[in-house]
Order: sequence, then C-alpha cells, then structure tokens
Amino acid sequence: MSEHGAIKKFMYVNRKAPYGTIYALESLEVVLIAAAFDQDVSLAFVDDGVYQLKKGHQTKGLEVKNFQPTYRALDDYDITKLYVESESLASRGLTEEDMCVPVEVVSRADLGKLMEQQDVLFSF
Amino acid sequence: MLHIVNKSPTERNAFDSCLATAQAGGAVLLIEDGVYAATRGSAAEPTLRAALANIEIYALSADLEARGMANAVTEGVKLVDYGGFVDLVAKYKTCQSWL
Repeated sequence: MSEHGAIKKFMYVNRKAPYGTIYALESLEVVLIAAAFDQDVSLAFVDDGVYQLKKGHQTKGLEVKNFQPTYRALDDYDITKLYVESESLASRGLTEEDMCVPVEVVSRADLGKLMEQQDVLFSF
Repeated sequence: MLHIVNKSPTERNAFDSCLATAQAGGAVLLIEDGVYAATRGSAAEPTLRAALANIEIYALSADLEARGMANAVTEGVKLVDYGGFVDLVAKYKTCQSWL
C-alpha cells in the first residue's frame, strides 16, 4: 500500500458487551479487513467493551459462535496494540488477569490521549 | 410478578429501574447482558445484594457461561436453565420485560 501514501493510525473503540448485541463481532470483522491493508491498527476496550476479553466464553448453551478465539488470532495479523481501560475493569470486578489475550491497561486519561493521536476512529 | 432484565447494568438503567419498581415477593430473572448484574465486583452488586433481602433473583446459566462469568456469580442468585426460565414465566401471573 506504500504507493498510496503513508500508513494511517486506525483505532477501533469497543464499548459493548459480547453476544447481547452484534457490535463486538462486527468490530472484529472490520478489524481484520483493516489488517489486510497494512494499516497501524489498535483496539481499545472501554466500558462494557472490556467484557469482550473476559476469559472463558462458552457459547454452546446459546448456540451462537464463540468468537473469543479470534482475539487470540489478532497477533497473527500483527495487531498487538490492545488497550483496556482500567476504571472499566475495576467497576466490573475484573483485572488484567481476567483478559484472554495480552493487553495494555491504561487510564481513562491515557486512553483519551491515545484517541487524540489517531487518524481514524471506528466506534463500536 | 416476574421481572425480566436483558440489559447490562453498566450500559442501561433497566436493572436499576426494575429493582426500584419490584415489590417484595416478586422475582427478577436476568438474561442476556442482564446477567452481568449478577456478577461479583459489578457496580450493580450492592443494589443486587440489597434487593436479595425480599426479592428472588435468578440468572440464566447459558448467558453466564457464554460470557465467561459462570464462576463469578454473586451468592444468593439462583441459576436457571431454559426449562427453569419457562417454569418462572408459568409460575407468576404477570411478567414485565425491562427492555
């Protein structure tokens, strides 16, 4: 893609719990598309979005696709910048150890700064 | 009567609104994203614990399992499967879904 100019910074902001709505799954789909275009991709998980990464999803009883393994595959697409907002974790009884993939836990203020640095924000 | 909540307590006010309305002797069933209200450490935990004094609170197991929260259920919350869901609806004369 270099002939089309500089790489842009894309951030996907995830604020919804998984399974109750389609947002989490749709976000993952779009993230994988961007990865194919060699962009600078990062994912933010804030508010109920932190629930997407809670370890141990078992969706057999719901008879829906368990998309948690896809988060573990992001590394294969060189998507390694996953930011999780600390206050969102704390107010849901969660810690970094509850996350299914390696993440960087950031404060609300630092997340705001990271968002300011982006060229494109996708809201889910 | 039976109250059903399917929204996360940290996303919408359905859970708080339900508990503010529910009367002693009633029952609340948490399903879908509503099950997060039944998990330890949730911002909703104090509200839920207070309500347990005079209201039965149930949560749908399949929804807790899907979200990886089956091991984090607050004590006093009763778990039901889909058959139990049907039994609750049949047991109470009326039902309000806090959509």
